[in-house]
Amino acid sequence: MEYEPVIGLEVHAQLLTESKIFCGCSTKFGAAPNSHTCPVCLGMPGVLPVLNKKVVEFGMKMALATHCRINEECSFARKNYFYPDLPKGYQISQYAYPLAEFGYVDIEVEDGKKRIGLTRIHMEEDAGKLIHDPHNPSSYVDLNRTGVPLIEIVSEPDMRSAEEAAAYLRRLHEILVYLEICDGNMEEGSFRCDANVSLRPRGESEFGTRTELKNMNSFRNVQRALEYEIKRQQYILEGGGSVVQETRLWDDSQGVTHPMRSKEEAHDYRYFPDPDLVAVKISADWVEAVLREQPELPLEKRERFVRDYGIPPYDAGVLSSSRPLADYYEEVARQSGNPKAASNWVMGDLLRFLNEEKREIRDCPISAASLGELIRLIDQGTISGKMAKEIIEEMYRTGKTAPAVVEEKGMVQITDEAALSGVITGILEANPNQLAQYRSGRDKLFGYFVGQVMKATRGKANPQVINDLLKKMLAG
Amino acid sequence: MELYQLTIHELQNKIRQGGVTSTAIVNSVFGRIDAVEENVHSYITLMRESALEEAQKADEQIRTGEINALTGIPVALKDIYCTRGVRTTCGSLILDNFIPPYDATVVVKLREAGAVFTGKTNMDEFAMGSSTETSYYGFTRNPWDLERIPGGSSGGSAAAVAADECIAALGSDTGGSIRQPAALCGVVGMKPTYGRVSRFGLIAFASSLDQIGPFTKDVEDCAILLNVIAGYDLRDSTSVPVDVPDYRDYLNRGIEGWTVGIPKEYFIEGIDPEVRGAIEQAIRTVEGLGARCREISLPHTDYCVAVYYIIAPAEASSNLARYDGVKYGFRAADCRDLLDMYKKTRSAGFGAEVKRRVMLGTYSLSSGYYDAYYKKASQVRGLIKRDFEEALKDCNVILTPTTPTPAFTIGEKTDDPMQMYLSDIFTISANLAGIPGISVPCGYTQSGLPVGIQFLAGHFEEGKLLQIASAYERNAHIEKRRPIL
Repeated sequence: MEYEPVIGLEVHAQLLTESKIFCGCSTKFGAAPNSHTCPVCLGMPGVLPVLNKKVVEFGMKMALATHCRINEECSFARKNYFYPDLPKGYQISQYAYPLAEFGYVDIEVEDGKKRIGLTRIHMEEDAGKLIHDPHNPSSYVDLNRTGVPLIEIVSEPDMRSAEEAAAYLRRLHEILVYLEICDGNMEEGSFRCDANVSLRPRGESEFGTRTELKNMNSFRNVQRALEYEIKRQQYILEGGGSVVQETRLWDDSQGVTHPMRSKEEAHDYRYFPDPDLVAVKISADWVEAVLREQPELPLEKRERFVRDYGIPPYDAGVLSSSRPLADYYEEVARQSGNPKAASNWVMGDLLRFLNEEKREIRDCPISAASLGELIRLIDQGTISGKMAKEIIEEMYRTGKTAPAVVEEKGMVQITDEAALSGVITGILEANPNQLAQYRSGRDKLFGYFVGQVMKATRGKANPQVINDLLKKMLAG
Repeated sequence: MELYQLTIHELQNKIRQGGVTSTAIVNSVFGRIDAVEENVHSYITLMRESALEEAQKADEQIRTGEINALTGIPVALKDIYCTRGVRTTCGSLILDNFIPPYDATVVVKLREAGAVFTGKTNMDEFAMGSSTETSYYGFTRNPWDLERIPGGSSGGSAAAVAADECIAALGSDTGGSIRQPAALCGVVGMKPTYGRVSRFGLIAFASSLDQIGPFTKDVEDCAILLNVIAGYDLRDSTSVPVDVPDYRDYLNRGIEGWTVGIPKEYFIEGIDPEVRGAIEQAIRTVEGLGARCREISLPHTDYCVAVYYIIAPAEASSNLARYDGVKYGFRAADCRDLLDMYKKTRSAGFGAEVKRRVMLGTYSLSSGYYDAYYKKASQVRGLIKRDFEEALKDCNVILTPTTPTPAFTIGEKTDDPMQMYLSDIFTISANLAGIPGISVPCGYTQSGLPVGIQFLAGHFEEGKLLQIASAYERNAHIEKRRPIL
């Protein structure tokens, strides 16, 4: 029997607010343990949470970018469980009344676009971290991360393969980073993903029994874990067995999933409305204000690049893959007045240099204005494309501007017809045989004469001018 | 008259007139504490040294003429407010060694108003009880009869005011924990509107019901304290930005032409005849002031205790989850692993009543039971609130007994939680509805135990409560007695 996988993802994204969701502590990663804490995030007796409005706004940005309906009123609930990294013994989350619902994102699949539904987006607080002493039977608690704001983005079970799941995840990641509300760092855990997966006979409308996969800290691992889990479930079903509903952990080193101990997941979270917080009311004006600040999203940008700059969809995709790169490209296009050339230079040489050194576009030693100027020099005929290749490398290495490099290396192209006519006259005189052969019909020798001119001018002659002059003078 | 016997306003007059210092007042109060505390046991922690230092500072201020609302006045704090650098136990072993690094908002406000703190008063463990008998630190005795309980959970604060071991005190009221002990100890106690006073730094029992309020020797002092503690606080999202009037303005207005509602459901079978007699007398007094008393109905009254004992324990089960031995407070010794530590710490650290309520609350929030218990109780709570809204459309305030009986004897109800829970039967409704209530002394039983009368008003109508309470206090001509200690 042929089985069809059904996949839904739950993504947790840490928000880049300055302060935590319910207190004024910093959210910065990497500080000394417990240095970013206060009585509120330490869960001391008598303290109360106060909602950080920025968290709501960041959540609204994501909701708007994913076509969700933002609820006019949402509220917080307590998710109760005991763990040492959870100082209050409950996590403040949203349950019955989330921030936003009923959204979607489009992903690209083999045969075009596919729409993946979003069930909901809700706000919640992150927990702390346990550090286990490898030499002693002790554990330490670092509560710096406690209260760092998260949004949880829950998809509909709309994905039918591990690739689709990975594409969906990349799309969410791209949007979050574009909105500048999440740094998207999967290794540091600021972008985390759990997956629910089940199999059903193709054509069947009922869902099969699902398992929940955790502990996948890269796009690749999400895909690998899902591929493994799909095969595992298929093997069970084909053998006539049944899948056990459970949570399984991805083991990266062995490339398999293991069941979590049942004790660890036997939670009844006893959700109930948090009496310490009042309902969050979101007015149409507030939504409007957030919408006005909303940047252009990757997909919109991609389409605009193709439409307005006439560059191929693939190039538009690469250039819009991050906001800083897209901004850089647009500036080069504007400065040079030649968007196609700008695309070629950014996609070609520039990204190659950056990738070789694993540098980000914001650390690029060539400013967008400077690259635009280089392109202008080519278009004006001051330098040749070949010279420009040499010049851009020098610019990247030294941070100098194009005119400075041109000046230094004496690389100005010779376009002066009088000067070039003199050179050509000399060459024709020095090569009477070739001239005779050419004139008797050996057209191929044209290239030879171009080469001779280039040699004589050390490559500085303007190829177009040479072409025109040579044609005229060879003809006699 | 000794200084410790006076009220806030009497002492303020003396301070303003000169000749009386805060140091003298504080010394007088501590002298009284030394004399009677052994019998009454109002306090868990005394703050004698810091009180004397604060008194000296107050005296310096008084000399410069900079006198605030409470400058130099000794005030006791229920041991449920966090006080920076001063142990805060909430009546529990589990917080026996807890020294908060911060002050509750009310503590900050009292300090800014110039109050001098005498100490932290005894209370039922985590405010769960109606007699102060569930405290890990022993029970408090009722100053009017040392064989009886002072009420609870703020029994220490009520007893301290009644026994003159402070000039005034703060308590907290989740289901009657201010009004019930105020009635049983013969003092004035008010639970303000939910949201009127910041809960920041108040150790939570049931967050949607908890509210802070004053214990005082008379109604004027109640207004003075409320002036200081009321108001919106950015650190408490459930506090409400409603303007705070000068509550003293309501004191001498009279109640001519008012309609006072008497809910028929509050005059039940089990009510003590002497309490009933005192309330009936009080009704006549109120009518004598030109008010019309008329019977009203609060139809969902029967459900109050049941609803309360679903909602309060549910919230408590979550609020008390933080006491796990990990970060602060008591941790059991010799634990095998994490689960063992949780179990041993919480088994040994909490008393029986707290554990009973944590289990009750955990149960009613559990999946499969939530709809039948917590959700249903929340719905009924809405109906109870609506009862009051309807009733208060036609009357200015509502009048009820504060408690069905006078103070009971120590140990009388400790083995029967249901009987204990019923002692709050007249006070719980105000917490469920979020409305303010005040208990004022309205006489004594033949054996000399105080009886209290309760007035209830609409949201943020504390002024009305003070208006009728002060009119009643002035005209009831209740014999001014002092407990013999």
